[in-house]
Amino acid sequence: MGLTKGSVGGGARSSAGQKAPNNALVLKKRRPEDKVVALAGNPNVGKSTIFNALTGMRQHTGNWPGKTVANAQGYYSSQAHSYVLVDIPGAYSLLAHSAEEEVARDFLCFGQADVVVVVCNAACLERNLNLVLQTLEITGRVVVCVNLLDEAASRGLKLDLPRLSQLLGVPVVGTIASKPQTLEALKQAVDEVAAADERLPLQLPYPEELQAIVAQLAAELPEQPGREGKGAIWPSRRWLALQLLTDDAALHERILNQLGLTDEAQFAERLAAARQAAANAGLLPDQLADLLVGVLMHRAETLAAQVVSGGRNIYSCLDYKIDRVLTSRLGGYALMLLLLAVVFWLTLYGANYPSALLSNGLFWVQEQLEVLLAWLGAPLWLQDMLTQGVWRTVSWVVAVMLPPMAIFFPLFTLLEDVGYLPRVAYNLDRPFRACRSCGKQALTMMMGFGCNAAGVIGCRIIDSPRERLLAILTNNFVPCNGRFPTLIALISMFFVGAAGGLGASWLAALLLVAVVLLGVGLTFGVTNLLSRTVLQGQASSFALELPSYRRPRILSVLVHSVFDRTLFVLGRAVMVAAPTGLLIWLLANLSCGDGSLLSWLAAALQPVAEVFGLDGVILLAFILGLPANEIIVPVMVMCYLQTGALTELASLPALRELFIANGWTWQTAVCVLLFMLLHWPCSTTLLTIKQETGSWRWTALAFALPTICGLGLCFVVSHLLALF
Amino acid sequence: MGWHSCLCDLQPGESGLVKELRLAGSQRRRLLDIGLVNNTLVECLGRSPAGDPSAYLIRGAVIALRAQDCRQIILADN
Repeated sequence: MGLTKGSVGGGARSSAGQKAPNNALVLKKRRPEDKVVALAGNPNVGKSTIFNALTGMRQHTGNWPGKTVANAQGYYSSQAHSYVLVDIPGAYSLLAHSAEEEVARDFLCFGQADVVVVVCNAACLERNLNLVLQTLEITGRVVVCVNLLDEAASRGLKLDLPRLSQLLGVPVVGTIASKPQTLEALKQAVDEVAAADERLPLQLPYPEELQAIVAQLAAELPEQPGREGKGAIWPSRRWLALQLLTDDAALHERILNQLGLTDEAQFAERLAAARQAAANAGLLPDQLADLLVGVLMHRAETLAAQVVSGGRNIYSCLDYKIDRVLTSRLGGYALMLLLLAVVFWLTLYGANYPSALLSNGLFWVQEQLEVLLAWLGAPLWLQDMLTQGVWRTVSWVVAVMLPPMAIFFPLFTLLEDVGYLPRVAYNLDRPFRACRSCGKQALTMMMGFGCNAAGVIGCRIIDSPRERLLAILTNNFVPCNGRFPTLIALISMFFVGAAGGLGASWLAALLLVAVVLLGVGLTFGVTNLLSRTVLQGQASSFALELPSYRRPRILSVLVHSVFDRTLFVLGRAVMVAAPTGLLIWLLANLSCGDGSLLSWLAAALQPVAEVFGLDGVILLAFILGLPANEIIVPVMVMCYLQTGALTELASLPALRELFIANGWTWQTAVCVLLFMLLHWPCSTTLLTIKQETGSWRWTALAFALPTICGLGLCFVVSHLLALF
Repeated sequence: MGWHSCLCDLQPGESGLVKELRLAGSQRRRLLDIGLVNNTLVECLGRSPAGDPSAYLIRGAVIALRAQDCRQIILADN
């Protein structure tokens, strides 16, 4: 989920102990005269959908708060101008306290935007107006975009947008983001505001004492220092002065830095005097924050009362009725498990046929390649290396990965689009809190089912740095897409029988759910353990918005999940598989003594592997599988057959025969199953963890945790099972 | 509406007016931002399967809050 080129390759750096995952947004204008439009709004108001509709890009969208975790940029043109559109993370407020909100605020204040579009959810305008008002305090160059009009209408709400525009003094446009024709008015409004002069920011009715102190301090602030891009937004001096009186140290530093006042002793004195004056007036920094929010909310309330009318009783809304079922005491967990099982079953059952088809097709291509290389007169070893080594590994990975992904990702995206995922977090918060973490970790685990690297990036949705780190370190305990096919193959081979058919595929799906539940159970256990040892602390507070259910846009779900996720993950897997294929081919074909380097290595690992109920070949396959889990079984087959190339066996029964001939018992299969679930993260995930935590030590821990669990469990289980 | 001491006392279907937040720092800010300021009407919509967190209707949005936080959100006598 959220695994787009932008979110993975964006080079977002952060340290889990620090705030702000992506402070350094580099604006890339295509032409110097491009105007910059910032797209702000509460979480989950459809910002990304608007971004995509305007730019024609495919920034991933989903119906849950916190979807956009890094800034995305895109381009669009109107008749008047060409624009760089910057999608900033959703924020409830500019009084930042989470990493995303800090990014949002910093960009709005100092990001050199020319226009800010604040996107609002029409169905809860009042809460959204809070952010509109805060933005209007900074600058008057705002367009208010009231989105999700359809959702508001379905709740029986009537909105008087012209009146709102009149009251706020800025253009207000209503949109339905999934209907692109409604966006024309937004484009026009942006043109207007971009062409207009700086408008006066909003003045809210703060108490007079405070106004006086702020005005005095504002007079001490320098005018806008030499800034690039004439006409770009710069916060009003009044707003800057007001912020300097609050208790937001990070923002103070930022402001003083921007104004070049960091070392001005004289100004520091004035500032201290102003703070003292505020304190004397009974406005200590934290009381001031309360006062500011109170005034904002009151204003938002008054505005909403003038603009919004109607509205059905919430209990008669479909949302409420659906939630009654999906989060009910009896049905909540059962439905969640059932849904998980159905998704897995569809993935497993649906993937078989296309997988075989693909593998035949790619094998046919290999033969053609061999012919081509022979015709080109390439030496035999090179032919072998390219076809048997590189091509075959790549085609194995593609054939095994593509079909399940092409089914799993759209299904998952569908759940995401509908709005079910926040309910999962809601249902699971209690057990996670028992481990001193939070329900949002469940969402990152769901992402992990698709790809652990994506899951690790997704951990940015968790506010508390401690809890974020917990989620990052334990993400690998849920099996990703690369491990699923192997888990499934092992289950079908050794525990379900070769019978096949509907009954067997259900049994396989249930066993798979059991394996997954073991992973989930360990996630809880390890999270709890970490919370009591290296990451001590209490669960922080938790406020999770449960958005309205939305009708999924089937077509866009298909397009997005295929292009954004499936092909991207596949592309990365191929990039890794190709050189690995080469390495494995070399190991298999370079001899050392009387065997290949590969068999020599396997023999060397044998004594260690035996302790854990595995064998040398299995352990070696896992080690060589570091870049991509999906090549583990092919490497095993290659070693057992002592061929110089990854070998595919036509059927699972044949694979089973081969394994048994090489000394596998069902006990071995259990241990491999366990180790497949529990071993080190793949190299991509490890690199992502390094990027997200900024520390090799945490990365090492993320490597060690599942590995130790896996080896320990294999050790115990193999010795216990040996008794039978 | 009945008399209530804190938000966690609201049963599903009941509502109350917020009088005071007995929280500090970022927790307080978070709640203020989602609209829990003085004199805000809050309605309890339901509980999660494990009984906690609960869902509340706050200024038109459905927000899930934990009981431990709700205990610090004091409602007006009524």
